[in-house]
Amino acid sequence: MTAVRCVDLCKTYRQGDQDIKALDHVSIEIEQGGFVCLSAPSGGGKTTLLNAIGGLDIPDSGEVWIAGQRIDEMSKGALADLRLSSIGFVFQAYNLIPVLTAQENVEFVMQVQGIPAAERRDKSLAILDEVGLKGLEGRRPAEMSGGQQQRVAVARAIVSRPALVLADEPTANLDSKTSDELMKLFTELNEHHNTTFVIATHDQRVMRYAKRLVRMLDGRIVDDIEQDAA
Amino acid sequence: MRMLPVLTRLAWRYLWRNHRRTIIMLSAISIGVWAMIFMTALTRGMVDQMIKDGISVLPGHVQVHSPEFLDDPSVSNRIAIGDVELGRAFDSAGFKAWASRVKVPAVITSERESRGVTLLGIDPAAEREFSFVSYDDVEGRFLESVDDNGVVIGKKLANTLDTEVGKRIVLMSQDPDNEIADRGFRVVGLFTANMPAFEDSFVFISKKAAQKMLRIGDSTTEIVFLGDDYRNIEPTYELVKQRIDGSLDISRWYEVNTYLGTMLKVMDGFVLIWVIVIFLALSFGLVNTLVMAVFERIREIGLMLALGMKPASILGQIIIESMLLLAVGLAIGDVLAWATIQPLQGGIDISVVAEGMEMMGASSVLYPKLYWSDMILANVVVLILGFFASLSPAWRASRYEPVEAITKVG
Repeated sequence: MTAVRCVDLCKTYRQGDQDIKALDHVSIEIEQGGFVCLSAPSGGGKTTLLNAIGGLDIPDSGEVWIAGQRIDEMSKGALADLRLSSIGFVFQAYNLIPVLTAQENVEFVMQVQGIPAAERRDKSLAILDEVGLKGLEGRRPAEMSGGQQQRVAVARAIVSRPALVLADEPTANLDSKTSDELMKLFTELNEHHNTTFVIATHDQRVMRYAKRLVRMLDGRIVDDIEQDAA
Repeated sequence: MRMLPVLTRLAWRYLWRNHRRTIIMLSAISIGVWAMIFMTALTRGMVDQMIKDGISVLPGHVQVHSPEFLDDPSVSNRIAIGDVELGRAFDSAGFKAWASRVKVPAVITSERESRGVTLLGIDPAAEREFSFVSYDDVEGRFLESVDDNGVVIGKKLANTLDTEVGKRIVLMSQDPDNEIADRGFRVVGLFTANMPAFEDSFVFISKKAAQKMLRIGDSTTEIVFLGDDYRNIEPTYELVKQRIDGSLDISRWYEVNTYLGTMLKVMDGFVLIWVIVIFLALSFGLVNTLVMAVFERIREIGLMLALGMKPASILGQIIIESMLLLAVGLAIGDVLAWATIQPLQGGIDISVVAEGMEMMGASSVLYPKLYWSDMILANVVVLILGFFASLSPAWRASRYEPVEAITKVG
């Protein structure tokens, strides 16, 4: 089953007097349970493609399909519902809501989904334990290291078991040990829960974990290879 | 409604993220609300006293006259119903108090001076509830019965006439045939009043003495009724209407003294305008606070939108934040106002400016009046206008595109 399908996506940004082609006729198909790394130098278009897949950014032309639904023509409200129910996000930075504790951050999406308090509590505590943050549930982001914050963000992204997780440079602020732990967690979720992962990165260590590596340059896919994950 | 708890929690936490700004804004709101309520209580107290003083001169919340009496207050326009018949109609009707009296313009003359006055021929027992004169504080004595032959005048008038207790004066008015009706009385008492002007213009004799002097038998010119509250006289008015001859004129106090009635209405409008003006000053601070609060968390708003929160929830979150800020400010302001008004309930002596106050019809002691309705009005107006003032920053926050908001720098 196809989890993500992008057909002939184009997106151009205006920067000063210049038009920058962030996506230049990009087409890609990702199966459910895929573990894909998008790799590109800065400005190569990987974050734009990730945002288009997540319904955060609307392409100038082309089609984006998620789990059989065309999302580039959806209303803002419908897109919000889709993101809430089916997609988990991990951003590079500013990932957490600073006025909420680690546990509240993890519960946030479930609370918006309307999951009862007791269930939210159980799930959030379990997932925080799983990402190695047991005992830090009551801390606010400012009281945690960058790695701990990123793990909270990952916990939030996967706690409600979305079908698709989109991660933009998830290891950018992490040391190598924490990066490895995070990637192992992603791999485990991918294998055990058949969660589809699309990760934008230029971290070689992250790429080693991917089953499929898509290289981009100047808004185009220049290489798309299957590989044996680490 | 499902989102309300999470939005409220976020709003409350964001409110205290920048303590200093929130405390400054809370101080401004609290002082503004205090000023709204405190100044309203002072003005209410002043107007309340003016109206009560005004009614005490009439006196009576509901009055019955011959139809032409208010235009021509002479004995020609009298009520030809005797006391016995009036007693049958009103004694058991459940009025707080009622009285019939003779009220006519007259001239009082001592051996040295003359003055125009309002002559009141009263039954002292029935008038006790109505009168602005405290019977026990009279120098000498007040009238003792319905056929007392003495006269009680104000201290100020006594000074003007150069007379005193024990001396004789002459009262002169017109009888129903427009002939001079006069009679000598001995001054038995000198009264004092809140408003010095009252001491100059009212003269009390007994009802029987007045009827005899004016040759009107047992007729009177005015029947008056007291309700529980001058603001709510309709029940008394309706009761009188059921029991009085249709040919007579029944008036509410504000119809007898239209100036006082208008003042009451103006006061209600004034309170609303005062509350709105203060709020407008506050609203600049409120909107600025919200704009700053939104501006410094654009990325977080983008994050929430990216995670699936709908724009309407962002809008709701900012409005709830504003309402929480206002609610806390209102609570502090309300308590502050109550705490500062309570110790002043005994009255504020403003005798330094008493003459100026008297020109406005107010007495020299100001009694602040805190009405719950005024406090509620201030609170409701602030919350409603605050809601509208918050809409613009809240709307702007909800319109952000997630990607643009997340990547916003600074």
